[in-house]
Amino acid sequence: MSLLAFSNLSVTLRGRKVIRDISLSVGEGEFVGLIGPNGAGKTTLMRAALGLLPYTGQSSLADMSAGVRAKAVAWMPQSREIAWPVSVETLVMLGRLPHLGGGQKPSSIDQAKVDDAITRMELDPLRHRAATQLSGGEQARVLIARALAQDTPLLMADEPIAGLDPAHQIATMQTFDRLARQGKSSIMSLHDLGLAVRHCTRLVLLKDGQLIADGPPVDVLTPERLAHAFGITAWYSDTAHGPVYQPLEVIR
Amino acid sequence: MIRVLLPLAVLTAVLFTISLLVGPANIGIGDSLSALFRGGDGPMPMVMREIRLPRALLAVMIGGSLGLAGAAMQGYLRNPLAEPGLIGVSGSAAFGAVLAIQTGLAASFALGLPLAALAGALGGVLLVMLLAGPRGTSLTLILAGIGISALVAALTSLVLNLSPNPFAASEIVFWMMGSLADRSMTHVWLALPLMLIGWGVLAVLGRGLDALTLGEDAAEAMGFRIPHLRLILIVGTACVVGAATAVAGAIGFVGLVVPHILRPLVGARPSRLLLASALGGAVMVLAADIAIRVILPDRDLKLGVLTALVGAPLFLHLIVKSRKELI
Repeated sequence: MSLLAFSNLSVTLRGRKVIRDISLSVGEGEFVGLIGPNGAGKTTLMRAALGLLPYTGQSSLADMSAGVRAKAVAWMPQSREIAWPVSVETLVMLGRLPHLGGGQKPSSIDQAKVDDAITRMELDPLRHRAATQLSGGEQARVLIARALAQDTPLLMADEPIAGLDPAHQIATMQTFDRLARQGKSSIMSLHDLGLAVRHCTRLVLLKDGQLIADGPPVDVLTPERLAHAFGITAWYSDTAHGPVYQPLEVIR
Repeated sequence: MIRVLLPLAVLTAVLFTISLLVGPANIGIGDSLSALFRGGDGPMPMVMREIRLPRALLAVMIGGSLGLAGAAMQGYLRNPLAEPGLIGVSGSAAFGAVLAIQTGLAASFALGLPLAALAGALGGVLLVMLLAGPRGTSLTLILAGIGISALVAALTSLVLNLSPNPFAASEIVFWMMGSLADRSMTHVWLALPLMLIGWGVLAVLGRGLDALTLGEDAAEAMGFRIPHLRLILIVGTACVVGAATAVAGAIGFVGLVVPHILRPLVGARPSRLLLASALGGAVMVLAADIAIRVILPDRDLKLGVLTALVGAPLFLHLIVKSRKELI
């Protein structure tokens, strides 16, 4: 069953075509890494697919009503906004809002989902701290936990691991990995190709608003495509520790 | 939560009672209450029911409105410096009132002034909505509000400037300071329906404001329509602040300071702040209105002057406190 499908999606912002005719479908149990140089249209593509931007073409998520969509997909924007000094637990509980009616108190199920998300992101010691007083990386983990607590079949996150320390970067990738094995899918934009190759089940490569490649990580990141899309070379080997991918030099 | 709301509710009730018992006509506590509830002939029931009761009621209604609208505005804009007057409602209501005083409409019939103020508030809010557009960001709303506020302030100054009649000019200046003196039950009945609508409208914002803690994009993806939230906010604020300004003039700092003080007590959650802030606003306006009658009973000290005098240092204190927290 596809959790997200869009076809011929195009976005024009201020007279400039930012996304050109991209079609994509994501099924259950996939961990899709969305990669591409700065300005390739990764954020725009995800926002348009969610219906947060005016677009042309078809998108299964944007066609849903706002309430239904909120139960189908969780979205973690790139700008990590936390407006008020609410506690970490309160903030993660905001992810349950789409499941609660007006004035409805969180049930034990909601509390369990929140506890689970907090534990997954290793936030238990920070649970009662004000979210605004945490470090940038900690805030990112809190916001990922918020999206996890929404407990949707699909999760879309815009550079969630940027600014995290290596241990938490890997741990976050493993969390999304585990979700995929449980049948839940994620689409994550990221710049760390090494982590993308090791953890994602599928990579989607964008450049200049166009989809260049879509498939298993090793098939997508060929030397030719790396040179064309990023202007870099890389070293790759399938080692005993799993695939290792190391960007090397800029091609001038 | 109840630990915050209950003391505030009790405090409101206590201050409301004190407000009924304080006044230039020295009536004993027992006599005042019996006059209020039993009625009868003579001056005492008249003083209680026609002078003190509307004054106390209006203090609660206006304070609650300003507190609620302030909490909603700060929640929507995610900015602790926002206040209900930001979208230009109070300024345009004041301009309507000033026109009524200047043209003599206010003198020709009792409700001339508040009705003109309401018309001004309506006109101002329509202009702001037109300027901010249906899909604009919160920044366009702020800019539209600032623009309209500046425009009506300039027009108000123009009326004062060209006023041939010094009495009208001084009446305008005093009215703009805001007061609850000499208001009648008619003012209560005029303001109450609009405020009821506004309270009802603003009260449903809670969940959306909570979601907005994560920013507009995340809130939208959680199923909250931002343009819809914004429309509710503008309509609700216009109703309560327009009505408040129409009957009492401009009373500043309540909508700014009260949510700010109460925010840490409710765990900073915007939805919880709404009711707490409404009660807090009622407490502040009741206390200020009692204070002006106790401190300078012979001079007509204006309510808006006192709330600003108390509110500004309070606000400065908060700034100093938050500065320490940042370091």
